[in-house]
Amino acid sequence: MALLEVDRVVGGYGEADILQGASLAAEAGEIVVIVGANGAGKSTLMKAIAGLVRVRSGSIRFAGDEIANAPAEGMIRRGLAYVPQERNVFPSLTVEENLRMGAYVRPDATRAGIARVLALFPDLDARRGVAAGRLSGGQRQMVAIARALMLEPRLILLDEPTAGLSPRFCAVIFERVQAIARAGVGVLMVEQNARPALAIADRGVVLAMGRNRATAPGPALLADPEIGRLFLGG
Amino acid sequence: MDALLYLATLATLAAIYAALALGLNLHWGLTGLMNFGGAGFVAIGAYTAALLTAAPSATHVGGFALPWWLAWPAAALAGALLALPIGAVSLRLRADYLAIATIGIAEIVRLFARNEDWLTGGPLGVTAIPRPFEALGNPAGQFAFLGLVALVVAGLYALAEMTARSPFGRALRAVRDDEEAAKAVGKNPARLRLQAFVLGAACMGLGGAMLTAFFKFMGPDALEPVTVTFLVWVMLIAGGSGSNAGAVLGAVAVWAVWAATDWLAAQLPGELATRAAYVRLFLIGLALQVILLARPQGLLGERMAGR
Amino acid sequence: MAELITFYLVPGLVLGAIYAMSATGLSLVYGVIRFANFAHGDLMGLGAYAALAASQGLGLSPWASIPFAAAATVPAALAADVLFYARLRRSLPAVLLISSFGTALMLRAVIYLAFGPTPQTFGRAIVPPLMLWGLRIQERHVWIIAGAAASAAVLHLILARTRAGRAMRAMADDPDLARITGVPTEAVIRLTWTIAAVLVAIAGVFLGLDTQLTPVMGFNVLLASFAAAILGGIGRPWGAALGGLILGLAEECSSYPVVGGAPLLEPSYKSAVAFAVLIVTLIARPQGLFRGMG
Repeated sequence: MALLEVDRVVGGYGEADILQGASLAAEAGEIVVIVGANGAGKSTLMKAIAGLVRVRSGSIRFAGDEIANAPAEGMIRRGLAYVPQERNVFPSLTVEENLRMGAYVRPDATRAGIARVLALFPDLDARRGVAAGRLSGGQRQMVAIARALMLEPRLILLDEPTAGLSPRFCAVIFERVQAIARAGVGVLMVEQNARPALAIADRGVVLAMGRNRATAPGPALLADPEIGRLFLGG
Repeated sequence: MDALLYLATLATLAAIYAALALGLNLHWGLTGLMNFGGAGFVAIGAYTAALLTAAPSATHVGGFALPWWLAWPAAALAGALLALPIGAVSLRLRADYLAIATIGIAEIVRLFARNEDWLTGGPLGVTAIPRPFEALGNPAGQFAFLGLVALVVAGLYALAEMTARSPFGRALRAVRDDEEAAKAVGKNPARLRLQAFVLGAACMGLGGAMLTAFFKFMGPDALEPVTVTFLVWVMLIAGGSGSNAGAVLGAVAVWAVWAATDWLAAQLPGELATRAAYVRLFLIGLALQVILLARPQGLLGERMAGR
Repeated sequence: MAELITFYLVPGLVLGAIYAMSATGLSLVYGVIRFANFAHGDLMGLGAYAALAASQGLGLSPWASIPFAAAATVPAALAADVLFYARLRRSLPAVLLISSFGTALMLRAVIYLAFGPTPQTFGRAIVPPLMLWGLRIQERHVWIIAGAAASAAVLHLILARTRAGRAMRAMADDPDLARITGVPTEAVIRLTWTIAAVLVAIAGVFLGLDTQLTPVMGFNVLLASFAAAILGGIGRPWGAALGGLILGLAEECSSYPVVGGAPLLEPSYKSAVAFAVLIVTLIARPQGLFRGMG
């Protein structure tokens, strides 16, 4: 049984169900990348797993427990961390306070957590006292991911972590993602930057119109010219 | 005889409140303007009518003893003129800021009426105000006055309905629900809001003039914010904001309850009677919240976007 | 000069301290719970009257009655949230505002029922003024300013140094992100109400000490509280405190005889100062001094 099993989920915001039966699986230490055109439901699927969007039917199992429609507040305790695409840091809190928020539900793990994530993102150390809203896009992204890693989650959900970032930062982010996976954390990532993302993916999932189109190891998807033309912009 | 008289006065006030509710519906119901300063526009209309229709006096300006059919339109105009500069400055504010700003405006008007006694007669107010048809004696005069007020309100209702159904009314609702979309199709939200604000304020000014005639008196404390502003909000919410018929229905229904509790309280011995007024205040506050929770669209209103 | 300080600056600071406390509570609620609470003023009145009851009934000094003020305002604020606002969380802020008007009327009615409309005072004994640095200052004024400063310090510690305070600031920044990090949002909202209610209880007692108690005392300072909060930047507690001080000073100094014996503004228009500050802020710099929310 996989760490995360999403089985034919139907759901969305309000009355419209963007997701029309999406499925995927992710294991610890694996990088699973979700790609697809705009409006395909990639972010919606992430939000459904994170408990922020209603699931009408289907199931989402994490470490054996059914979590579809479970409250979002409880996810971090289960070991599931979510990094939204936008507004993923607390702008008026300092970098350090943002990280501390990552350990909110287990405050005694804060010190160890900060030490660990700063080892992964050393650039943040010098900026501990800076308000997160004042950071550049790339630095904010690092704070957001670092915050999610504070309590050693078993699975981390990253929604378009490289959106709007310079190519240099993109490379840094992808490299860190691999480091995170090597440490045993499962990574489920939505990416618009499909090519470099699929290159590092153990598994790629192509979503279109709210359901799966293809699932295969990342490089295999990359190599498939049909997939490339239809969903990855040639 | 007394009972007839009492009913006539009740019905007259219900009708005047209906006028106020129609004005507020134009602001909040149609255009989404959170005006909590109705008392200010009512006051300026009330004082305008008072100063125009009163007998000459040394304690205040005016006293031209003009007839109601000159004073009442002037009162409506006064409300509109007050709304113009205020609206130009404050209508682009968010709902909660506009609410606070309009409360402030009403307070300024009240202070002005109280302090500038050379103009308004100060705390003592303006007296010796005639009421239309009072020469007919009671109860005929009261019923004639009621008839006049009812006619005016019917006219206001017709105008309000026409406005609501007109392209202007549709544009107002469009701006209320989605300003960006309205701009995209070429509407000018700022100007539309100002027009609605001025029209609603004119309505409220006219209501003020009718109150002056009803009381045959006007003073800075004659128009309590609790009734003239807040109760009108309860009437609109209960009747259904966005609907003119709802505004009138809400005014009549809520006023009937208000008057009934007033009558009940008057049956009690003196001490208890004042306390009953406070119990009524409590129940009005509670009723508003219950309506918002149970049936926010009121009796006849539209379900607004996002509620 | 001594006259300027004694009759304008000190009263301005005292009034400013009261406004600061009231506006801070208002801003806290706006930031974390996201609506303009129009019942805030009447909650202050409730606190003042509860203290009055304790002071009269138990023979306590007004200062010792402050806990009783809070004992009234905290349950009232929490009850209003549980009964009304919690069920309207997903509604438009405008709906919550209207609902809070209902709460305001209910609170005011309770005060009227329990105490009647006649103004009352805390019945303080005539105490000679203190002489500080050659200036005459009423003892209660010193305590009010000191009390407000102490409250501000405590609030700062809570917000900056505690886990709960961080959670409040996080929710003010982004409630959804706060949920994602596991913050128990309803519990934090209740804590915010509690803190705001304590602040407003103290402010109510101070206001009653400085002026007198009437059932509409709170509503009378509602406009000033909002003006101060907006001046400071809505949702920013420190901004609200500063805004309150500025407003209090402006209001008291507005009647200072600047030009040949005539005051800048007729004292009978003092309550218009708050409105003027509000309008100027909303026109010139709507985000306030510290860049408020929204």
